[in-house]
Amino acid sequence: MDAKGRVYKFGDNIDTDVIIPARYLNTQDMNELATHCMEYADPDFATKVNTGDIMVAGENFGCGSSREHAPASIKALGISCVIASSFARIFYRNSINIGLPILECPEASIGIDDGDDVSVDFNTGVITNNTKGETYQAAPFPDFIKQIIASGGLLNSIK
Amino acid sequence: MGMTMTQKILASHAGLESVSAGQLIRAKLDLVLANDVTAPVSINEFEKAGFDKVFDKSKVTFVMDHFVPNKDIKSAEMCKQSRTFAKRFDLDNFYDVGSMGIEHALLPEKGLVAAGEAVIGADSHTCTYGALGAFSTGVGSTDLAAGIATGEAWFKVPAAIKFNLTGKLNPPACGKDLILHIIGMIGVDGALYKSMEFTGDGVSSLTMDDRFTIANMAIEAGAKNGIFPVDAVTEEYMKDKVSRPYSKYEADEDAEYDAVYDIDLAAIKPTVAFPHLPENTKKIDEVGDIPIDQVVIGSCTNGRLSDMAVAAKILKGKKVHKDVRAIIIPATQKIYKECIELGYLETFIDAGCVVSTPTCGPCLGGYMGILAAGERCVATTNRNFVGRMGHGDSEVYLASPAVAAASAVLGKIAGPDAL
Repeated sequence: MDAKGRVYKFGDNIDTDVIIPARYLNTQDMNELATHCMEYADPDFATKVNTGDIMVAGENFGCGSSREHAPASIKALGISCVIASSFARIFYRNSINIGLPILECPEASIGIDDGDDVSVDFNTGVITNNTKGETYQAAPFPDFIKQIIASGGLLNSIK
Repeated sequence: MGMTMTQKILASHAGLESVSAGQLIRAKLDLVLANDVTAPVSINEFEKAGFDKVFDKSKVTFVMDHFVPNKDIKSAEMCKQSRTFAKRFDLDNFYDVGSMGIEHALLPEKGLVAAGEAVIGADSHTCTYGALGAFSTGVGSTDLAAGIATGEAWFKVPAAIKFNLTGKLNPPACGKDLILHIIGMIGVDGALYKSMEFTGDGVSSLTMDDRFTIANMAIEAGAKNGIFPVDAVTEEYMKDKVSRPYSKYEADEDAEYDAVYDIDLAAIKPTVAFPHLPENTKKIDEVGDIPIDQVVIGSCTNGRLSDMAVAAKILKGKKVHKDVRAIIIPATQKIYKECIELGYLETFIDAGCVVSTPTCGPCLGGYMGILAAGERCVATTNRNFVGRMGHGDSEVYLASPAVAAASAVLGKIAGPDAL
């Protein structure tokens, strides 16, 4: 499983209220939620993003609430991968559990700019910036997490 | 190598002699919790995966608190789905309108969490129960669905930061000011993935309500959990609430910490977190002249009886400023009733406040006090992210009940000393 797409870049401490404001959480329809994804950071984000595109951010992406609606709305929007210098821990778990690939890589977060074309190899953790001709090495997932992903998510892995 | 309090609780729940930071474990859970926003997503995942029983009907707890009494048809549907699930599996602890309170005030009050237990909740402020010497942490709805089905969860054993507290808080400084000070000091990711362990001679001077407030906001520093040792204050609190045996854990002398901070409680001043992160803290005398439109006193952080008492003492015989709407939300039905008995409600209403039934409503911008563009609110809640309480151009300032109540009277951000 790999990802390739245009990058949308965000800063540090992107919180779950920015990813999906709580006032929309009266629905569990993730496609409906996706239309509001990141609207405080970029009101046009949901309309301009294409399936397969990649989000890159700084430190502590996904901080705040435990709402699984946050990674789920990013996934429903068709984002293929989120790369950040670091992730908030509940967001990290949630993403793995619902099958949204996310990678921690401070070098990529610094090196990649908005609009760059980027490819990701999830097996090796190699991130390639096709626009700049650079590569960055993210830590590949530990086996425990690979097993969850290979099973198709947490619930399938424990059944 | 020695273990921290958190590591000892995790080891015991994983059936292991010892664990160390970074180790992946599967731990047994004493309680799993969800609310009206997160339970429906968990139920969908639970049903989609084909589970047909819950691990223990006395240990799966749902609290309808975020958008209740229901703010709209969609939230009514979510409560209905949660209610139907609770009936199907005959859950012992389903708290609906009339019995519910804000979950993290309600569960300790009902004795549903005790020292040494391991709890997950599909709400990030589940870390509140560390005040009782329990390990508790927030998870998402899929993790919770797995917990409902199996009574277990996987964890990466956290490293720890130690906060060595000495001395005693000088009122009006309180637990809220201490935790805001700490978040200002270490940042919103200062404890990322780690446990915040509060220890030292100063702990004994902190009330349970202070400890709940402090542990509650551990997540705002990115922590996995915040935890206090069990002492006479904890045991007094649990005495008439918890009848089952519980366990007390202390950190080993040689436990490892990534960092140790020494904090003199006497030096803590009333502190305000400016928009739009809890780490943007200023001491009250550095705040300047900031007019406000609204005050909210309540939430899982500061909606307990002692918070109401502080607010009532300040508001007694005074009037809320003409340009301010003051909303007071006792966190549980029990606290609400105690506020009536103690005359606090009369004080609040005479001062020109509104008093709401328990709800998380305004804290997360759900309802019951949404801000318009350009409006400012002083809130005793826990987050001041962009748009947290309403419009993306509104602002939330986090503070203690004392600062919030004084600000309501003065129409600008101020401490009680300014009255």
